[in-house]
Amino acid sequence: MGLEDLQHNFLTGRVEDLVRWARRHSVWPATFGLACCAIEMMSVGAADYDISRLGMEVFRASPRQADLMIVAGRVSQKMAPVLRQVYDQMMEPKWVISMGVCASTGGMFNNYAIVQGVDQIVPVDVYAPGCPPSPETLLHAILTLHEKIRTGAITRRPAARAAAEQTSGWVPELPDAVRVATPR
Amino acid sequence: MSDDLFVSAAAGKPTAGKPAATGPAGKPGAPGPAPGAPDPAAGIRTAARVAETSEGAQELLVRPATPPGELRRELGAVLRLPEGGVLDPGDIDVERRDDETMIINMGPQHPSTHGVLRLMLELDGETVLRTKPVIGYLHTGMEKTGEELTYVQGTTNVTRMDYLSPLNNELVFCLATEALLDIELPPRAVWIRMLMSELQRVSSHLMWMATNGMDLGSTSMMIYGFREREMVLSFFEKATGLRMNNNYIRPGGVAADLPDGWEDDVEVICETVLARTYEYDELLTGQPIFRERTEGIGNLTAEEALALSATGPILRSTGVPWDLRRTMPYLAYDQVDFDVIVGTYGDNFDRYSVRLNEIRESIRIIRQVAERMPPGDYRVQDRKVTPPPRARIDESMEALIHHFKVFTEGFRVPEGEVYVAIESPRGELGCELVSDGTSKPYRMHIRGPSFVNLQTVPLLLRGGLIADAVAVVSSVDPVMGEVDR
Amino acid sequence: MTALLPEVPAAPGRHAAEVAFPDRERYRAQVAAYRDAGFELCADLCAVDYLTHPGRWLPEGVTPERFEVVVNLLSLSQKRRVRVRVQVPERDPVVDSVVDVYPGADAMEREAYDLMGIVFTGHPDLTRILMPEDWEGHPLRKDYGVGRVPVQFKEAPGPR
Repeated sequence: MGLEDLQHNFLTGRVEDLVRWARRHSVWPATFGLACCAIEMMSVGAADYDISRLGMEVFRASPRQADLMIVAGRVSQKMAPVLRQVYDQMMEPKWVISMGVCASTGGMFNNYAIVQGVDQIVPVDVYAPGCPPSPETLLHAILTLHEKIRTGAITRRPAARAAAEQTSGWVPELPDAVRVATPR
Repeated sequence: MSDDLFVSAAAGKPTAGKPAATGPAGKPGAPGPAPGAPDPAAGIRTAARVAETSEGAQELLVRPATPPGELRRELGAVLRLPEGGVLDPGDIDVERRDDETMIINMGPQHPSTHGVLRLMLELDGETVLRTKPVIGYLHTGMEKTGEELTYVQGTTNVTRMDYLSPLNNELVFCLATEALLDIELPPRAVWIRMLMSELQRVSSHLMWMATNGMDLGSTSMMIYGFREREMVLSFFEKATGLRMNNNYIRPGGVAADLPDGWEDDVEVICETVLARTYEYDELLTGQPIFRERTEGIGNLTAEEALALSATGPILRSTGVPWDLRRTMPYLAYDQVDFDVIVGTYGDNFDRYSVRLNEIRESIRIIRQVAERMPPGDYRVQDRKVTPPPRARIDESMEALIHHFKVFTEGFRVPEGEVYVAIESPRGELGCELVSDGTSKPYRMHIRGPSFVNLQTVPLLLRGGLIADAVAVVSSVDPVMGEVDR
Repeated sequence: MTALLPEVPAAPGRHAAEVAFPDRERYRAQVAAYRDAGFELCADLCAVDYLTHPGRWLPEGVTPERFEVVVNLLSLSQKRRVRVRVQVPERDPVVDSVVDVYPGADAMEREAYDLMGIVFTGHPDLTRILMPEDWEGHPLRKDYGVGRVPVQFKEAPGPR
């Protein structure tokens, strides 16, 4: 095989798995705080919940350096074009978490001013329920997203298949390691 | 008059020099067209500007293209000083080296604008010449939604306005409702409200300390502020079921009695937070870098603060001892002992120290409240206003009916209108409530202190450095949920 | 009571020393008179649409109109509040601006214009403040719909 000369241990795996592993462990969120949920998002970043355990403490101010947009709060009609622009500025691959019921469905504000669901503007990967979601809920949403990244395709967004592939009832494994020598 | 200048600028011929020196701008005390006459240019001006930019009048135009009235407003020149003079829009130009100015846009998606505030800044080098805050990116239509909800449901709506002090929003709405209902609360309900309101002030100011520290580059302050705030929030979770947006204070009292052992929890919070405030002193108050960045930045005088209707820590930092808890007491604030903290210079540092010391004063109040908490009911026993106890529903048909009526139809509130104000952590939080005799408010208007306080930002930033803009905006402490409602 | 202009009806108010009901011509003068009488701070300014609640109580001599602009003034030195309520007709929703009396009323008047469509003459820059610039209509008016979108449930039974 030509590997006889190697002096060190080595792992084998698929490139796809390696890429997923790398992506999953440094999902940098964009700072996109809108309303109440943004405060809980900041709480997740602070000491008690400590999002840096997941390699995500780097909230990027520039959307061009961010992988994940956490839409934290209600999206008004005036904010919607801005939100879309920020999303368009983000580099692929990119993911969206819709945090809270206002972002997900409009919540209790079913009126003229609020967009009834941010999924009308940008594709959403994970919806976090709650008003506002507690930090634990957001962490759960983030872990769900990690699982999605781990099992998803690496080349393009599986937009059409996303609904069918919704994982249900999985248990987040923490900490995890790169899967080596994937069985064929 | 004003449209001459605009037409010439829109036609591509920027007027040289300072437009403030021409037209009606020279006349103090008469901004814009004469009162009484509708401005004929308003429609044309708006239409032309909509065509010119993507967002029309919500854009900061270059100086020659800005109508004089608007220019004066942006510069804070509509501000009349007590001796009858006005600020001259031209005097800022003293520091200008040339006519090259730059307009930059900050926000609405910016980490330091505390939400979705957008600032348009005109800069000469690093000096801020004028500022225009553009708001509305979080407009939620809460005043409209409030007309659709009953008084019982209304607290869920208002609590989401100022999301850093939700209990204060509920409190002012409930006080307004109770003023219209003309009911007297049992003392325990009043004191529970006071306890929660003061704890909320502590948590809100801690949050402000955290974000202010972060804006000034002190990341440890942010970690510490959130750490202490979590203690208060976990007590809220214990008492109300939620960390934020509690819906705990309701018309007629509070939703539930305090949990068992609340005295110990509160005492732990008081002890820890009070001790930690002295650590903040070491971290920030005496620290030379922090003082350099806050002292003498964003100065405001008492006259300017009053003229711009600023309240709360901003007004107090200028030396005006106006605190509604002391001057126009509500709840039972006239029965507790605390000090009103005032500053001297009205700069960033004064606003910082006012808030830091208000945490200590709040802890003083909390300790007194915990000591003197009266026994009794935590809500009025008027079955038309508050639901019966859960246990009664199983045995009494009447209780079941009352329970059903309160939560479906609500209660009817006598016709009338009232304006009630309380001291929220950001200033005077007012609720204007109009009732037409039904179970829903006819009109519910909230006077958000951040909305009004935000008007001081152009004046505070004027002539300062762009690097201080973040610090100044942070020291005003705007909560965009309350600004835009 | 001294700051009340002659022939301006007034009534005692809840949480306010008095409520003045000037007509549109004397509205600005009345507010200025209060300012001179020591009411330093304009606490609040808002508009109310009485389209569906026409029969409200008003003192003698005040004609009810569709809109009402309510101003809350606060005196720090005397520790009291007054309210000024001025009737604004539907056909001509125009009232004088008080920005030159109280500069702090600037944003509040813009908000009343934006959400209720009251035009304040003399305001230096009366533009929309909360809604987008190209928005049509004034949302807080009673004849403006809430804009409620019917909620769709995936599992809901079909139309009956």
